[in-house]
Amino acid sequence: MSARKPDKKIVVDAIGKSFGALPVIDRVSLEVRDGEFVAIVGPSGCGKSTLLNIIAGFERPDRGTVRIDGAERAGPSPKGIMISQHGSVFPWLTVQENLMFGLNGASRRDKVALADRYTAMVGLKGFETAYPHELSGGMLKRVELARALVVKPEILYMDEPFSALDALMSLRMQTELRRILDEERHTVLLITHDVEEAINLADRVLVLSPRPATIQTVFDVNLPHPRKLSSPEAQGLREAILKELGL
Amino acid sequence: MSKIVTALTRIVLPALVIALLIAIWWIVVARSESPIFPTPWQVVTGVWELVKDGTIWDHIGASLFRVGVGFGLAFLVAIPLGLWMGWVSGAFYTLNPLFQMLRPISPIAWIPVAILWFGIGDLSPIFLIFISSVFPMIVQTTAGVRTIDRRYLRAAANFGVSRWVLFRRVVIPAVLPEIIVGMRIGIGVAWLVVVAAEMIALHSGLGYLIMDSRNAGNRYDLVIASMIIIGVIGLMLDGVTRLLERLKTVKWRYVR
Repeated sequence: MSARKPDKKIVVDAIGKSFGALPVIDRVSLEVRDGEFVAIVGPSGCGKSTLLNIIAGFERPDRGTVRIDGAERAGPSPKGIMISQHGSVFPWLTVQENLMFGLNGASRRDKVALADRYTAMVGLKGFETAYPHELSGGMLKRVELARALVVKPEILYMDEPFSALDALMSLRMQTELRRILDEERHTVLLITHDVEEAINLADRVLVLSPRPATIQTVFDVNLPHPRKLSSPEAQGLREAILKELGL
Repeated sequence: MSKIVTALTRIVLPALVIALLIAIWWIVVARSESPIFPTPWQVVTGVWELVKDGTIWDHIGASLFRVGVGFGLAFLVAIPLGLWMGWVSGAFYTLNPLFQMLRPISPIAWIPVAILWFGIGDLSPIFLIFISSVFPMIVQTTAGVRTIDRRYLRAAANFGVSRWVLFRRVVIPAVLPEIIVGMRIGIGVAWLVVVAAEMIALHSGLGYLIMDSRNAGNRYDLVIASMIIIGVIGLMLDGVTRLLERLKTVKWRYVR
């Protein structure tokens, strides 16, 4: 084994980004430990998505570096899969074909077996041959989640993953996600504007300032799972975070 | 209830309109006692004559053969070219102005050129069909590639698939609905053009049949009969192309 530091999964060092004359991100630095769930909340339009896109390798920062496992990030990789608000399940492939899209190497039979296992894991057993347009919004999110998990990524990048769902479905998906994360440990970076979602899921919540984004405050969420949002601790945390957001 | 309403609007009403038109046509011709313009019944007997001696099948076959070859060649050229132009910006900026300039030139304007280059055999109409259907298919395919939703390309990049998989599993299926639209436009124009091209100087085809019927003693019953046959075959060609829209891999585009 080489001398890698297993503790720091993601190290973001002083990144900055401007779109033309408009500064979007101003010297953001953060570290995420292996297996940690970090939520980033901030006002809309503050550059949260840009930040995540840079960390995931879809965009390049103007300044600063992003290191994953100590190696500088040079583009997207299957090591970290992005799940975004609008979803990117391929509408021309069935559920099973979508899950098999990112799998390589193994025999076809192994791929099918693996895909079907993850389909069942997100509660979509029986929908393997369905096309995305035959599914509801919540089911589509499950497909997206399963397609990301099936390639065994070390990191999940989630950009307001459940914000297009209704409140009830969003809560249900959060519970599902938590259950899956108990089964397979992933490092998760979640962008959200939903403070309760952040408290419900994350080990640590970073609050971003309005544009240009900087990290304003960090909250540790030391509550055991499953969490009760009505507990005094969670409510106190919620108040504090909302206050940071100016509400 | 709603099924009956659908059947009524889809079948009964269009049939009524056509029947009404035929009735008006019949009355007008009968009243004017035109010696040349046929009544609907004369057209029917004219068609029957052609069916009996079998010439109608030769003409239809000749026209369909020319459309088949010309459209087929156009398809083989347009799809790869369109995909390439959509994918590679350099190719797009280099070739697009040329194609946009050639596209609005009516295929009819190419007829003298076609006669000069290919004489008056089968090659001329095939060339004209090629010219007329290749550009719409290039344009549709190119536009299809250029408008692929970026999130799908990003997802593919995220999973780190090879360029070949990206092309075969993402680009091609994403563009397929656009290609089908291009094919529908292409086949429509091709059928329009074959008839016009055959009017010039050939010895077979539905366009030739129209001109020949007029020249050989004002057989307007056969002229009208040919026109109706052309219309029906055009409808059938479009219907066949539309069947492609039922493919499972393109259905996503036509729902919601």
